[in-house]
Amino acid sequence: MNVSISINGEQVSREVEPRQLLVHFIRETPELTGTHWGCDTSNCGACVVLMDGEAVKSCTVLAAMAVGHEIRTVESLEVDGQLDPVQQGFHEHHALQCGFCTPGMQMTARALLDENPNPTEAEIRIAISGGICRCTGYKNIVAAIRWAADHETTATQGV
Amino acid sequence: MKTPAPFEYERATSVDGAIATLQRLGPDARVIAGGHSLLPMMKLRLAQPKHLVDINDLNELSYIRAQNGEIWIGALTRHVDLLRSELLAEHFPVFRDAEEVIADPVVRNRGTIGGSLCQADAAEDLSAVCSAVKAKVVIRGADGERVVSMNDFHVGPYMTAVGDGELLTEVRIPVRSGGSSAHEKVERRAGDWAIAAASAAVWIEDGAIADVGIALSSVGLTTIHLTRAEEQLRGKGPTAELFAEAGEIASEDCSPMPDGRGPVDYKRHLAGVLTTRALSRARKRALNQEA
Repeated sequence: MNVSISINGEQVSREVEPRQLLVHFIRETPELTGTHWGCDTSNCGACVVLMDGEAVKSCTVLAAMAVGHEIRTVESLEVDGQLDPVQQGFHEHHALQCGFCTPGMQMTARALLDENPNPTEAEIRIAISGGICRCTGYKNIVAAIRWAADHETTATQGV
Repeated sequence: MKTPAPFEYERATSVDGAIATLQRLGPDARVIAGGHSLLPMMKLRLAQPKHLVDINDLNELSYIRAQNGEIWIGALTRHVDLLRSELLAEHFPVFRDAEEVIADPVVRNRGTIGGSLCQADAAEDLSAVCSAVKAKVVIRGADGERVVSMNDFHVGPYMTAVGDGELLTEVRIPVRSGGSSAHEKVERRAGDWAIAAASAAVWIEDGAIADVGIALSSVGLTTIHLTRAEEQLRGKGPTAELFAEAGEIASEDCSPMPDGRGPVDYKRHLAGVLTTRALSRARKRALNQEA
């Protein structure tokens, strides 16, 4: 079947089998391998992307089910060389080691901050509880998301 | 790579259309909503439907509202909406208890109440929740609707009363005064299935238990509806001793399997403790002693 999905604002069309999973549809699009394909069982959260602004695990969504929805991947965070506060926070707080969980963590964090710009540490921990980091633990990831929240607030207040 | 077996995909644009499609395709078709139970089963080839009917566009099946003295929940209502519903929390806080510990927030963005109930997995929390609050479900086919109780809905492990060409459209919970509810779950780690979980609802009138509902997850091949414990409690004062007795019955009446989550004696013990706790918390809430 022909599947046409809006990914990061661009319409991507391809002939695929109905059983194609969204994560593979995204990764087989040129230059969009930032979304990671991990456990394949909706446990690890490495494949999280935004669907209409909501975090979803793209290994458990069919590409066909994403037709008509806006998909955002980790590649959309940086705009014109300017890192998203979430990405900058990961940089500031060394919130990754191997980086495998990072795209999922960052998109989950993006969805959280879009909905709740000033989350508590507990709220951050609940929000990322669907992501698994096997390197460093979660302390720096939580600190990075909190950093992003602080710096988004500053930016907003400046306007 | 885990990939489902091949299938044909159709997207429904109306409830009647979905039912017509399901009727045309017969037993080879499955409805897909959130897909977070069905797709993993398809990847493992435990389910191999030849057709999937996607009902995610049927926004008319996504709602939580008070109607006719009941709370009506559309089948496509997602876990995240059940978690956040003030109406549901006011009348049946058991939903919020359960939703806080069902999978994780990202999964809860997709999974639906209809999908959870139709999966009929004994480890699923919402089946116990709906049994405890004595919910009924509405099943619609080409010839109209029928309303069935949770006991009649779940006919076996992974089996429901929903027939070929039918769709679960709504969950209805009668609202009665003097009642409240709670869900208690123990899991190995965040987002895991329960080792055991207990849902309880009590309705108190003139200091006595007018009615009670208790159901267990993960300790049998199906959701365990504790009818013997319910009978034991009805008409008596809601005391700690009585709830401890109900816990003992729960330990006896469940039928857990030993697995990586624990041995049978541990799960029986847990089922009992969680039953007592859920009843106590439901009682406190009914008497406005706890939120």
